[in-house]
Amino acid sequence: MQKLATVNLTIDGKRVGAKPGSTIWEAAKEAGIDVPVLCHDPRFEPVGVCRMCAVEVEGARVMAAACVRKVEEGMVVRTASEKVERCRRMLTELLMSEQPEISPKDATTGGDKLWALAERYGVEVRLPRGNSRPDDLSSPAIAVHHQACILCDRCIRACDEVQVNEVIGRTGKGYAARISFDLDNPMGKSTCVTCGECVAACPTGALVNKPVAGDLKAATKAVDSVCPYCGVGCAVTYHVDEAKNRVLWVDGRESPGNQERLCVKGRYGFDYALHPHRLTKPLIRIKYPRGPLSSEVETSHGHRRKPGGVVDYAEVMPAFREATWDEALDLVAKRLSEIRDRDGPGALAGFGSAKCTNEEAYLFQKLVRTAFGTNNVDHCTRLCHASSVAALLEMIGSGAVTTTYGDIVNADVALLTGTNATSNHPVAATFFKQAARSGTRLIVVDPRASGISRHAWRFCQIRSGTDVAFYNGMMHVIVEEGLVDEEYVKKHTTGFEAVKAKVKEYTPERAAAICGVPADVIREVAIAYGKAKAAVTYWGMGMSQHVHGTDNCRCIISLALMTGNIGKEGAGLHPLRGQNNVQGASDAGLIPMVFPDYQRVDNAEARAKFEGAWGRKLDPKPGLTVVEIVKGALEGRIKGMYMLGENPFLSDPNTNKVRKALSNLEFLVVQDIFLTETAEFADVVLPATSALEKDGTVTNTDRRVQVMRPALKPPGEARLDWQIICDIATRMGYPMRYRSAADVFDEMVPLTEAYRGLTHGNLGPTGKLYPCPEPEKSDGTVVMFGDGFPTADGRAKFVPADHTGADELPDKEYPFILVTGRVLEHWHTGVMTRRSMTLDAREPEAFVEVHPDDCARLGVDTGRMVTVSSRRGTISLKVRKGTHTQPGSVFIPFHFREAAANVLTTDKLDPFGKIPEFKFCAVKVVPA
Amino acid sequence: MIGETRVMLEHAGDPEQRTLAGYRKHGGYQALAKALREMKPEEVTEEVLKSGLRGRGGAGFPTGRKWKFVPKTTKRKYIAVNADESEPGTCKDRQIMENDPHQLIEGTLLAAYAIGAETCYIYVRGEYPHSIAALENALDEARGAGLVGRDIMGSGFSCDIWVHPGAGAYICGEETALLTSLEGNRGYPRLRPPFPAVEGLWKSPTVVNNVETLSCVTHILRRGAAWFSSLGCEGSTGTRLFCISGHVKNPGVYELECGKFTLRELLMDLAGGTPSGRPIKGVLPGGSSMPVLTEAELDVRFDLDSIAKAGSSLGSGAIMVFDDSVSAVDVALNISQFYSHESCGQCTPCREGSDWVRLMLDAVRRGEAKTKDVALLLDVLDRIEGNTICALAEAFCWPVRSFVRKFGAEFEAHVAGRASA
Repeated sequence: MQKLATVNLTIDGKRVGAKPGSTIWEAAKEAGIDVPVLCHDPRFEPVGVCRMCAVEVEGARVMAAACVRKVEEGMVVRTASEKVERCRRMLTELLMSEQPEISPKDATTGGDKLWALAERYGVEVRLPRGNSRPDDLSSPAIAVHHQACILCDRCIRACDEVQVNEVIGRTGKGYAARISFDLDNPMGKSTCVTCGECVAACPTGALVNKPVAGDLKAATKAVDSVCPYCGVGCAVTYHVDEAKNRVLWVDGRESPGNQERLCVKGRYGFDYALHPHRLTKPLIRIKYPRGPLSSEVETSHGHRRKPGGVVDYAEVMPAFREATWDEALDLVAKRLSEIRDRDGPGALAGFGSAKCTNEEAYLFQKLVRTAFGTNNVDHCTRLCHASSVAALLEMIGSGAVTTTYGDIVNADVALLTGTNATSNHPVAATFFKQAARSGTRLIVVDPRASGISRHAWRFCQIRSGTDVAFYNGMMHVIVEEGLVDEEYVKKHTTGFEAVKAKVKEYTPERAAAICGVPADVIREVAIAYGKAKAAVTYWGMGMSQHVHGTDNCRCIISLALMTGNIGKEGAGLHPLRGQNNVQGASDAGLIPMVFPDYQRVDNAEARAKFEGAWGRKLDPKPGLTVVEIVKGALEGRIKGMYMLGENPFLSDPNTNKVRKALSNLEFLVVQDIFLTETAEFADVVLPATSALEKDGTVTNTDRRVQVMRPALKPPGEARLDWQIICDIATRMGYPMRYRSAADVFDEMVPLTEAYRGLTHGNLGPTGKLYPCPEPEKSDGTVVMFGDGFPTADGRAKFVPADHTGADELPDKEYPFILVTGRVLEHWHTGVMTRRSMTLDAREPEAFVEVHPDDCARLGVDTGRMVTVSSRRGTISLKVRKGTHTQPGSVFIPFHFREAAANVLTTDKLDPFGKIPEFKFCAVKVVPA
Repeated sequence: MIGETRVMLEHAGDPEQRTLAGYRKHGGYQALAKALREMKPEEVTEEVLKSGLRGRGGAGFPTGRKWKFVPKTTKRKYIAVNADESEPGTCKDRQIMENDPHQLIEGTLLAAYAIGAETCYIYVRGEYPHSIAALENALDEARGAGLVGRDIMGSGFSCDIWVHPGAGAYICGEETALLTSLEGNRGYPRLRPPFPAVEGLWKSPTVVNNVETLSCVTHILRRGAAWFSSLGCEGSTGTRLFCISGHVKNPGVYELECGKFTLRELLMDLAGGTPSGRPIKGVLPGGSSMPVLTEAELDVRFDLDSIAKAGSSLGSGAIMVFDDSVSAVDVALNISQFYSHESCGQCTPCREGSDWVRLMLDAVRRGEAKTKDVALLLDVLDRIEGNTICALAEAFCWPVRSFVRKFGAEFEAHVAGRASA
């Protein structure tokens, strides 16, 4: 048959040209004709079950569902004939006869499509109303009203096709048919992860948000912003009741990134901003000597006053008094200036945060470098991808991702390693799972069988800390099988021979003996990766948080280089960034060795540029990193600190050491939205603004720079972070004056080549992927380095690595390997998420995951209290039996202050990235 | 006098026929041997096409034409045998499966050879344990004799056959729902196009044929298309199995040639008329999903096309008869109860509509409906029909509408409590 460029048909007397293969509904929509639908949503595979879109096709015996019927040349369609309209009216009446008296959407998000149709057709229900179908209120966030359900299948497809969680199905038949969760469990008792995609998809009041309280009739304002949690950087819309200063609900927004999707944190985790614990006035410490204040923090074991929770304000607040902004800022400036002038700039340090905007990060490092006069500025990137960035800078000359998470659709093989993406990057994970569904082979490498492993083509459960051996084994096979892309290696790289020689030592058999994955599997996955037309690699902290983190990353970079898998569609390197702005904070220079855009402080040319721009002499010596600063404080070399939004007390390794270090400081100012565990040590606490209250830009894991917009007014006297930074700098003798965050951005961009051309104005509703030379015309660059690398010689450099193993291996006394990480519902130190009703309800307490074999050996089971100890401390928490971990390993999420995992972790560092080994230390588990 | 012409049931009374040896005694597997040795796959299809065989599951689609829809280029293809005999009143396929299963196996292999399928599934109604056992036994024997499996009779043609029991849902007899069920999912009908012959089981071309249809194929290949088409009449060639039930003296399964007598002759002569001697009030000639024929319409010639012209259908071959002691409203209600229970619940018009129709008929029966409700009922039926993925909606719309139209007076009498007690 001849392929037509357009199919010509007539819809409602109008001649229409449609794309071949499109449906009648799509063709009608193009032509501006609205065909009502209930079950159809262009994001899902059409199913044609609601029949609301049935139209007349001339010559056909029966009506056709416009959402599924493809257009044909010469087709004559009537979408609004008397027959069609009668049919729709009857269907609407049949459905309305089963609806509850009022739509449950009335009180939640509004937008009940069925009720809108009923209004449009003026349906008068001539049939008795039924009300026999039950409600299911078991989920903390989602209410299921079966009575309002019209079985349109949208939630099922949202769950299956978009989020690929495959929880919702159907049960019963005929009139008794219902949607069901797993094997017809209550939603709250099912494997539902509460992403809310089903709620967003539901056209009636069957699936609605629970947390929404408030009057929808109040005019709601829609504010387009960016989710404040992870590096995926989902575009969101906040629906705000301005009068009451509340967010009523959140929608995922159409964007090239998240494509309307959200996870449980993004959709239901916004209420922390309205928590009564928000700091509203500056606080000055009155109780000395300085030290921890709440009992949870005071001792590292025992004395748990209540399960779960956050800092007990009643216990902590009496140590502070309220102050005016002027008094607090004067005190901060005075004390920090004193230390600077007395002990030199090197006695000061600042921790910025990857939770803050680019503008705030830029100003913060500028403050530390100018007003403080030191490069001792760092942030939590040190604790997540410092080693990845070290390896990337060393080998390919750029620390950012070379392609996006969405590019996995173009890959035929994807290597996912050390990433618990379904928990930590849940929306990116939906794209990975979708790709797996449509044929991309996922090779998942992880010592833990986390959620994504279920979608793997091959799951390689390596022993903890044996990554290098595994990848050297893979590379051995690739060399042996002749799968090296010689042409690429020759054209774009140097140093391949060294890697080739190194991996020769790692036969699959030898690698298998070290990593525990059978040699055959290593061969199989190596061959699949090597033969792939396009293979992409995504990795997380499982790779980076080791003393050999940089070596781990070197291996996967070498793997990509030798197979030519950088610089083309569906191929590349993507360290999945943790925080919503860890990419941007790093770009903005919140790193001790570099100015904005990774220009080294010890490079005279770069320094001259910034000295010119900032009008100050700058310190040529690279500063200290996070763990080094803590060590400096402990040793008395660091005396004064400014913490902006960081909570190192819980996030940094070896908490007991951090406790001593913080107590040892002469002056500590903490700027945050809540009184954190770290703020307990502060001399001054400054009330800052949450992500929902500020404007500014954030840069996601894809390099997408997006604008956050304020949805709420800050509580009390809380102030915008960038203004606080400016005030402190000014009071310390370095005047900073800006009119707006956009003004700050305009100063930063000319100093940051990667951001060239970007302004708040041209970032548009969904931001731009930098580099983006023509922001007015394009969305930016997806795939980087198609023609060489930003290195001196334009080539990437191979760096070989040897298997060295972890720092602290298990022994008789401490026989278990402790792996730390996160859970889906919580964010880092829990300061935000434990104050969110839904998130806290889903995951309220600390736990240690223990393999069933080990449970049997220890005589413990789920729910049993145990103590877990390392050489550095002890915590008590409940056991959760699970097969995600391997026998001999335990897993503890680090969010929970009452059982802080970092009491146990070691602060041994990777020599290159200076990242601590959060993913490996030796512990013992004893039934309490 | 009307008599049976037994082809498929010729040896049904002989227990030995269930065994391979017994089946072989009457020419079993000779057709397969001939086809594999002497015929190209296309020639098998041609022979079936020439025979005029039409599907015996209900829709009456020409079997050879269906086979020809299968794309030649695709490698993986399937045969799915529809043995989910669940249309009320239908009990013919079990006669074949339980008494002469090898003819089905042979026919299935012939079909597989014709379209190039190497895997066949027989989807048997779960409530048919005897059929399942008989088929499993026959398959074991056939497999043991090299008639099923690899390199059948040394021909190089390999084909395996698996028996898959259903789980009790009527809808799984609908061919696309059957495929969805075979794939391990809920038995939901699928959108067409694509039709199964192009995109069926696991997205591969799949021919779905009824048990009786494939049994006919065996006999067509054994004795020739010309012989087969000499039986019956034009449009209804060969013999067909009919299951006569209800108010008749001699209910049962009969193998008949169509076109040789009228429906009245069939019911009065062969089936013996009503046991009560009361007049026949109505006949559902093709299962409960077909429009009713009244006593006045019984003189129609008994073949596919004539019954269709009379406004009904021979459907699955289930002829259900009721005499004038039966209330038309009761029958309509009974039918709607069945279909609303068996609606898969996928499409709005069928799920909501079938239950609404059931409730309305119940209201009519209890004398609680109003005159305008009967008009509303017809209106609802018109809106439902032709607006669903599969034909289950038609399956209750057609008979219910025919009852309302043909026995309107009874419905009128029932509304507003005017029914006689």
